[in-house]
Amino acid sequence: MLKQYETVFIATPVLSEQQMKEAVAKYTQLIKDNGGEVVYEEDWGLRQLAYPIQHKTSGFYYLIQFKSEPTFVEVLETQYYRDERIIRYLTVALDKDAVEYAERRRQNRSKAAAAPKAEAVKEEPVQPVQEEEETNEENND
Amino acid sequence: MAQNDSQNTGIRYLNPPTVEVRKKKYCRFKKAGIKYVDYKDPEFLKKFLNEQGKILPRRITGTSLKFQRKVAQAVKRARSLALLPYVTDLLK
Repeated sequence: MLKQYETVFIATPVLSEQQMKEAVAKYTQLIKDNGGEVVYEEDWGLRQLAYPIQHKTSGFYYLIQFKSEPTFVEVLETQYYRDERIIRYLTVALDKDAVEYAERRRQNRSKAAAAPKAEAVKEEPVQPVQEEEETNEENND
Repeated sequence: MAQNDSQNTGIRYLNPPTVEVRKKKYCRFKKAGIKYVDYKDPEFLKKFLNEQGKILPRRITGTSLKFQRKVAQAVKRARSLALLPYVTDLLK
């Protein structure tokens, strides 16, 4: 029974574009070799880290969503652990709501690629409420 | 005259007493129909953090228990991926 997972890894910023592609290819290949299937990939590019990891302040983020046997996760994480290029990783199982969300996100992304700003609109309506809550919070304190 | 006034109205205040009208808090996830809290979206998660990057309690944000747990989980995941800081000053 294949289960859907999602993994994000952060690679060191010293890698060249070519090396980064190699690293990505290695892990997608690893998933395929172990009877998995890559559903979606997303390159977040070079991002600033919120705090330094191994004395580095930025890193290449890469997201892979895949389906595989549950036993494969351990294999993948061991590979991450042994890989010096990877400074941080996270693998998460997706439940049915998450899968649904992931699909919507994917569609939004592809739309956003076609027409920019499409994704920003999605979260916007929730925002104004926060301002009121924050003022309440000050009163409570 | 003054005595008569006080007898008529009962207690008199220098400043009119302020009656607090608090807006009822609500769970934004239930209201907006959001089912999954995404750890990959740090900007959204920042709404549930204070300035030091600590998770705000439910009594302030109004989030329901079910989603508070999910928010907490998502924030912790985002922290481990360095999308959000563990500790900081002036997050916002």
